[in-house]
Amino acid sequence: MIAEVAGALAQLVVVAGGAPLLVGVLRWLKARLVGRRGPRPWQPYADLAKLLRKEAVVSTTTSWIFRFTPYLLVATTLVAALVVPVLVSRPALGFAGNIILLMYLFMLGTFFLALAGLDAGSAFGGMGSSREVAVAALAEPTVVVAVLALALRAGTIDLGGVVERFAGDPLLVANPAHLLAFAAFFIVMMAETGRLPVDNPATHLELTMIHEAMVLEYSGRYLALVEWASAMKLFLFLTLLANLFFPWGVPAGPGPLALATAALAIAAKLAVLTAALALIETSVAKLRLFRVPELLAGSFALALLSVMSVFLLR
Amino acid sequence: MSATVTAAAGAALGLVAAAAGVAGVLGVEWSLRVPWLVPPGGLELTLDPLGGFFLALVGTTAVPASIHAGGQRGERGGAAFLAFVAAMAAVPLAGNAITFLLAWELMSVASYVLVLGARDSRESLSAAWVYFVMTHAGLACLLAAMLLLGSWTDSLRFADWSAAPSALSPGAGTLAFVLLALGFGAKAGVIPLHVWLPMAHPAAPSHVSALMSGAMVKLGIYGLLRAGLDWLGPGPAWWGVAVMLAGTASALVGVLYALVDRDLKRVLAFSTIENVGIVLVAVGACMVFRASGLEALAVLSLAAGLYHALNHAAFKALLFLGAGAVVRAAGTRNLESMGGLVRRMPWTAAAFLTGSVAIAALPPLNGFVSEWLTFQALLQMLEIPRPELNLVFALGIAGLALTGGLAVACFVRAFGIVFLALPRSDQAAAAREAGIAPRAAMGLLAAACVALGLAPTLVLPALAGVASAVLGTPALDAPADWLTVTVSGRFGGLSTVAVAAALGGALLLPLAALALARAPGRRPGETWGCGRILQTARMEYTGTAFAHPFQRIFDFFYRPVKRLDIDVHAESRFFVRRLAYENRPRPIFEEWLYRPALEALHRAAHRARALQSGSANVYLLYIVAALLVMLVLA
Repeated sequence: MIAEVAGALAQLVVVAGGAPLLVGVLRWLKARLVGRRGPRPWQPYADLAKLLRKEAVVSTTTSWIFRFTPYLLVATTLVAALVVPVLVSRPALGFAGNIILLMYLFMLGTFFLALAGLDAGSAFGGMGSSREVAVAALAEPTVVVAVLALALRAGTIDLGGVVERFAGDPLLVANPAHLLAFAAFFIVMMAETGRLPVDNPATHLELTMIHEAMVLEYSGRYLALVEWASAMKLFLFLTLLANLFFPWGVPAGPGPLALATAALAIAAKLAVLTAALALIETSVAKLRLFRVPELLAGSFALALLSVMSVFLLR
Repeated sequence: MSATVTAAAGAALGLVAAAAGVAGVLGVEWSLRVPWLVPPGGLELTLDPLGGFFLALVGTTAVPASIHAGGQRGERGGAAFLAFVAAMAAVPLAGNAITFLLAWELMSVASYVLVLGARDSRESLSAAWVYFVMTHAGLACLLAAMLLLGSWTDSLRFADWSAAPSALSPGAGTLAFVLLALGFGAKAGVIPLHVWLPMAHPAAPSHVSALMSGAMVKLGIYGLLRAGLDWLGPGPAWWGVAVMLAGTASALVGVLYALVDRDLKRVLAFSTIENVGIVLVAVGACMVFRASGLEALAVLSLAAGLYHALNHAAFKALLFLGAGAVVRAAGTRNLESMGGLVRRMPWTAAAFLTGSVAIAALPPLNGFVSEWLTFQALLQMLEIPRPELNLVFALGIAGLALTGGLAVACFVRAFGIVFLALPRSDQAAAAREAGIAPRAAMGLLAAACVALGLAPTLVLPALAGVASAVLGTPALDAPADWLTVTVSGRFGGLSTVAVAAALGGALLLPLAALALARAPGRRPGETWGCGRILQTARMEYTGTAFAHPFQRIFDFFYRPVKRLDIDVHAESRFFVRRLAYENRPRPIFEEWLYRPALEALHRAAHRARALQSGSANVYLLYIVAALLVMLVLA
């Protein structure tokens, strides 16, 4: 029991505490790749601390939904952090649901954030909301079909079960179905977390932004919560990519030594994925909004191919 | 009849129906036969688990709808309302074809009268007319199928039909299934038989729309289940494939139209089509699994479908009652004239938000549970060793996922444009909160959405029991313990209670941390607007603008009709006097399917007029000819 609680706390600390560092490292890498010096990797912590100390300006047009949303957003990501196998294959809330729950938990956050974007009554917020839900809606089929590809080969849709199945048989990983599903899920990750080429997280140019337009009205502690939640979402999506598709070094149960090695393993995997993401983000331009559906349709095609290859190769 | 009496009688009727239905679900058998009452076969009522489930669904929807009706002064049609509720309760109880058709027709006529009740415009007259025609076209299919079944089995009793399916030839079974599926599909609003639904629902008073969407449409599904699973027994796999594809198409088409419509009640009506589609995907999966001999998965799929039907009754009734309160307060059904109602109508807003979260299938409310269950059933399709069926399932899964994502967008738009930001019209700015009765009705339904979401461990075993009774298989062993629902061994588990508790805890955590850290307070300010001086409702994003990305992305489906009229001054074309812009989706089903069919009908009728010369001698000749043909045939 104590080990379980300690495991859950360790996982929360790793996700909640590690997420800003992940974003910081990503920004630093991107700056380095384009020849700038860039802020230090731990700059996001300083940003969050600064925002928490600032007074929040709240538009008089808004309702309770605007103020409630940042808390709910953090809550959904924290719950998601207890469902995703980050350190151990069966985390504290792993029994409560599988990846379908996870996707709809993120959707719950998106739902309220989109409402908050409409709440202030500015055209920017509405534009951001409308685009954000469009991208999220189109990404959904790919997620579920990519998961289907995994579930078909693992014989379960339980996240822990998938991890244990693929960890137990390394040959399962070297398979076209697996790689196709990985590629599809990677594209979805970029869309869901608002990375290039779908959305530019660094822009404040009003007509090209999606996520940033939606949260434009937030300031002070609310903005801190929203930013922190986005960082955690990125962390969790990268973790899913790392641990579902390459589940090496994920122990089944908690224990001091197991947790320490698991933390090292996930750090290494996240470092590789972050570097890949930085490389992609510095080498592609943002797509026009109405080209994004084509990208997502492409990822859906990859996921469907993956599923079909399972049928053909069985 | 005064509104209060109607409300009390309707609620009492609903409570009795719900109690009887729950008893039926739990396995109580009951039947009543009055052979002398109506000519062929007499009146026969029987209660079995499947009928009990739909009876309970009708009853539990009727209670809040009646309470809501009690708060509406000056609403007419009390008698028709009661007849409607009673007829809907009789449909799942009917034990033979005569009883069934009588109840079915009474239900259709009563709802027609109710749709016509608010005949304030040509629009509602034409809506009632389309509804009347469609519902009777459906009835004709049912009548034909039931007479065929009656003549093949020499009985009009449903119990005999259930016992007989193996005696029917495959061709006969298929013909009966197609006719029954068309008849029941028209009532359920399946694409392309859905055209009456978005017309009739907005025209009816809101508590009637709630009943029509929550309960009546479900009786179409009830009929389909009876036909496909009970009367005609285990059919071939392609029946299930057809139901599943029709369901997927309904779900996608429904949500795509819901996403762009500007009439709040039409949005809800289209979303009903979507949800019926989701139920049908589960039902189709059940039929395919059954045809493939996978009985446990068939039970799971059917239980998921029934769960979604129940959930949809709860949240769609809630949303229609909420929409009724909003429409009454704002004096319009047009989304673009609403806004800011969360301040003026906080209770209605909270109820509508609960319904929106539930219908968007977001955890931990009820819509999520049934959609999760449907996904669990569909994802196990690898058990079927036929690649072509696997592909159908994969498409069903993808369609369901896309539907889920679009439903989120649809209800962000519906709630956000109606309730948030600044009011877009004077009447919306002066809106007043609904009375006690509507609020109580909405509160009941919102509580039902939460309860059905948090207690799948109690609901699912009962529904699995109903499913296994229909399919004639042993019940699932222990699908749930007190905390977690488990499907198919270790394939997947869900505990919405744990998720809700964790969400609650996680909500408190940042609040406590901020309180401890003594974060500075907040200051009221204006919405950022790049230096503009005044913020008005005209600067807000509209519902049309919100739907615009979807309209561009799904352009191939909407095929919008665009028109731009600019009226300029005679002196200079730079001074615009008036600007009219129109951009609405083309109603492709009406234009490509119904109009050609109606035109063909008109042409045929025109030709047939040649027969009617007006001369009595020619008519006598027709009679003689007909007589001769009959004699020859006999």
